[in-house]
Amino acid sequence: MSVIGEISRWAIPFLLLIIPLAAFWRKVPVYESFVTGAEEGFKTAIRILPYLIGMLVSIRIFVDSGALELLARLLEPVFAFFGLDKELTAIIPLAVMRPLSGSGALGIATQLIDQYGPDSLIGRLASTLQGSTDTTFFVLTVYFGAVGIKKYRYALKLGLMADLIGLVMSIWIVHKVFY
Amino acid sequence: MVNAIWLIMLVIGIVVAAVNGRIEVVTESAMKAAELGVETAFGLIGVMSLWLGLMRLAEEAGFVRALARLFGPVIRRLFPTLKEDSPALGAIILNLSANVLGLGNAATPFGLKAMQELQKENPHPDTATQAMITFLALNTSCLTLVPATIIAVRVKAQSLNPTEIIGPTIFATGCAMTMAIIVDYFIRRRSKT
Repeated sequence: MSVIGEISRWAIPFLLLIIPLAAFWRKVPVYESFVTGAEEGFKTAIRILPYLIGMLVSIRIFVDSGALELLARLLEPVFAFFGLDKELTAIIPLAVMRPLSGSGALGIATQLIDQYGPDSLIGRLASTLQGSTDTTFFVLTVYFGAVGIKKYRYALKLGLMADLIGLVMSIWIVHKVFY
Repeated sequence: MVNAIWLIMLVIGIVVAAVNGRIEVVTESAMKAAELGVETAFGLIGVMSLWLGLMRLAEEAGFVRALARLFGPVIRRLFPTLKEDSPALGAIILNLSANVLGLGNAATPFGLKAMQELQKENPHPDTATQAMITFLALNTSCLTLVPATIIAVRVKAQSLNPTEIIGPTIFATGCAMTMAIIVDYFIRRRSKT
């Protein structure tokens, strides 16, 4: 664990050192090349702007209006159908929010961990779920938006399926490991 | 499908707000979200420029190509439609490595760069290619060795063992990623014939 933590801590300084040095060694005009590359940063950020705004507006209205909670409540019988504890339904809002918004999901996870305790079933599950699934919907919008792709084909279904498996396996492994 | 989801979230959100008698929430959220979009995009400019600048250096130093050659044999099996020395491979590898290390702000620029490279090999510029779909499936199901943010939350909530969830997290992501790769493989094979 601490080894991996150290790697994360050193990764960026290491890259900042080794890439320019290697480029210099290969006789690349380092500063000029860096600037040429950096120029694209602005363009890329601006290109994803409309997609970000479009998606954020829709997601925020859906969440803030209470529609997300409603959806979570509608999904409770599905959990019951699979024979899962009633207690586990507390996790549903997080599971629904996770693919939509990273900050939104972190907010819900933090609240669950505070409310139930970090070492409770819900606390552990919220932690695992937060780490093992991604903001699929959001990532697809931004990545496809950046290059002007309009037809996603099966990309969204595939990503959401992976998130669903992440959810199911999180529930299973947390039970297996801790209980 | 995106069009449908976007519209459904919008319409249901507004209807629910109206039924709950809190229609003003819609106006407020819409404005706030638009602002947040600008903040997010502009907030990205700095890190994005930094990493794309470094990426350019790495490219010219031959790093990206070397990475692609090193991991190519493994990763190219997942991207059979790409050329052997496609510059997209290097960017894909950088993005996935940044994801694994939990360097979120480096992952996005590398990822967008990979998309741009993939787009250059796309015969239908408005339609996702199979390579793009595979890349995004990997990207969104990719594991992070240390989920630093959630560990910080657990520390703050006074967990007795804040890092105990790392193992389960890696297991759950591993399953999700494996399934994504398998399902993607079969979809790709079916659509080829």
